[in-house]
Amino acid sequence: MKFKRIIIPALFAATVGLAACGGNDASGGASPSGSAPADSASSPAASSPAAELSGKIAAGGSSAQQVAQQVWRAGFSQTNGGVTITYDPVGSGDGQKNFVSGAYKFAGSDSAMDDATVAQAKSQCGGDPIEFPVYISPIAVAFHLEGVTSLNLDANTVAKIFAGKITKWNDPAITQLNPGVNLPSTAISPVHRSDSSGTTFNFTDYLSKAAPKSWTKPANTDWPTTKGESAEGTSGVVGAAQGGNGTIAYIDDSGVHGTKLSVAKIKVGSKFVAPTAAGAAAALESSKQISGTPASILTYDLNRTTTDPSEYPIFMASNEIACQSYSDPSTTAIVKAWLTYIISENGQKAAAANAYSAPLPSTVAAKEQAIIDQMG
Amino acid sequence: MSVTRERPPIVEEPGSDPFVASSRRRRAIGDRIFSSTALAAGLTILIALAAVFIFLISQGARGFHADPEVYQPAANNFFSYAAKLLFGTALSSLLAMIIAVPFAIGLALFISHYAPRRIAVPVAYVIDILAAVPSVIYGLWGARTLAPASHGLQTWLNAHLGWIPLFGGQISATGRTMLIAAIVLAIMVLPISTAICREVFQRTPKLLEEAALGLGATRWEMIRYAVFPHARSGMVAGMMLGLGRALGETMAVAMVLSASPQVTFKLLTSDNPATIASNIAANYQAEDVRIQTVLIATGLVLFVFTFLVNFVARAIVARSERRFA
Repeated sequence: MKFKRIIIPALFAATVGLAACGGNDASGGASPSGSAPADSASSPAASSPAAELSGKIAAGGSSAQQVAQQVWRAGFSQTNGGVTITYDPVGSGDGQKNFVSGAYKFAGSDSAMDDATVAQAKSQCGGDPIEFPVYISPIAVAFHLEGVTSLNLDANTVAKIFAGKITKWNDPAITQLNPGVNLPSTAISPVHRSDSSGTTFNFTDYLSKAAPKSWTKPANTDWPTTKGESAEGTSGVVGAAQGGNGTIAYIDDSGVHGTKLSVAKIKVGSKFVAPTAAGAAAALESSKQISGTPASILTYDLNRTTTDPSEYPIFMASNEIACQSYSDPSTTAIVKAWLTYIISENGQKAAAANAYSAPLPSTVAAKEQAIIDQMG
Repeated sequence: MSVTRERPPIVEEPGSDPFVASSRRRRAIGDRIFSSTALAAGLTILIALAAVFIFLISQGARGFHADPEVYQPAANNFFSYAAKLLFGTALSSLLAMIIAVPFAIGLALFISHYAPRRIAVPVAYVIDILAAVPSVIYGLWGARTLAPASHGLQTWLNAHLGWIPLFGGQISATGRTMLIAAIVLAIMVLPISTAICREVFQRTPKLLEEAALGLGATRWEMIRYAVFPHARSGMVAGMMLGLGRALGETMAVAMVLSASPQVTFKLLTSDNPATIASNIAANYQAEDVRIQTVLIATGLVLFVFTFLVNFVARAIVARSERRFA
């Protein structure tokens, strides 16, 4: 009896081990996505774009776009009742992967596709893929410090705080930027994301470009060190920052509304600027377009070092990735109508009202519309 | 001899009585259905376990030797990455068990041997309800309420016991530390361990207990010499189930703990070792999809580790039972 207690698990372990050796390659190409392989629109409606669209489109990717995608879906279905679009917020990486495999008809991505992915997308689409920003969101540097509600910071100070080189709120580097504010000697607790995030990527991109001396690491979706307070997701970071005294965090501007966190103003040129939708949109407008890409790809080298105080340099620009044409013409028609809607003034305004994103600058939207017009 | 002859031959020729025959047939069919259902249930568990294992191996195999940058900044290779996570998993579970085990045994004894019936029943009921609370609720409560509320206690520990390395270091401003994660885990472990201990305590033969009391033992001595030895393997089983829950707990740890893969014994700082399960939850949607195979491989490590822990615990119980016998 006592023997069996030991023998049985041991036998089981041995059996399982053998089974694993034998059946290893059997389950090779399992797809990580549980979503149905998309689409199958009713083809009669496809022939003329003016006709009523109907069909199902599966898409997914960036979780930052989640709220905006919900808003857009609702708006789009008002005029296109027959179309069902699903958006799975699986993250930008999986979004790109599933787009390249054909499981998603379009994808949201916080970062531009790299060359290898563009090549894969090209063979999946049978032509150059479309990629352009559709969702701009300012990133706030928010803090929770008893007795202090207004704070001015510059890029160098922010970098030093998050690198752990400035550890007290009354450090001369901070007091010097905030004359008249009574800063306590409380320890600073910077809070970062524990999950991989486009917000982290854009924030570290800002630090590495605007304060290269104080922040030596390149931009990354993962926080570059294992030290410091971390929390999962925007809501986790907000919760952690609110739960402590002396905390500071970088948070999607939409996440700060309605919390007891205060938002720091960031030095741009000679002024201190609070995050605004208009400021982020203006910064995108002044950004340099990445050259050498196919005509259907419109991506930007985001302007982090602006000195124009009407611009706010800490923001993310999340892209939409799609094909120029699909094997099923009705899918092409739907995606074309969808992209036209989300970059339209109405679509952008709806997202701005509900997701606190920044409406696309009209010059950028016009360039994107020109790309969409080439579809089909 | 004559008695046997006088007996009617019903028993010796069952075929002649239609009632007996049909009842036998019925029993045979019922037996067969029951035994095959039981066998199927047993096999299903084994097959499911084997399938999980094969999935972990086949999907995670590439994770053992991914590019070093995938493991960064926590580590440069799989073994140091997995070892750090395993450390966090073991530390949080160990702390949780250190807190939960005395409570579980005490509570179970209170319900089975000390409390009057009209208190014991509702207390047992309330503890069972704790097991029904979803872990995400514990996570929210731990991160949003318990952690900030415990800041004072943690500051006190740090100020007065800071000379013990466990309580030293720069204290976390938010309270989301290993100590709080362990407390939340302990609360989650409590109901399952308590329920099983209570059941086995209640099953101590009354005669044994009364004999102990009759020999002049106090109530505590009776529990020590009659109840505990009788309940030993059941208690270990209860603790193992609890430990299993603590090792695999995902959401609550992911929400409460400010963590990344690292090795530290300091319980009150912002730098805490992540656990395997919470690390999978936090990073599975990462932009760099190569991390996914690595995470599945760490899942394999957790699977094997849990298996080994159970195995060792069973071996220890088997040995102590032999000694006791």
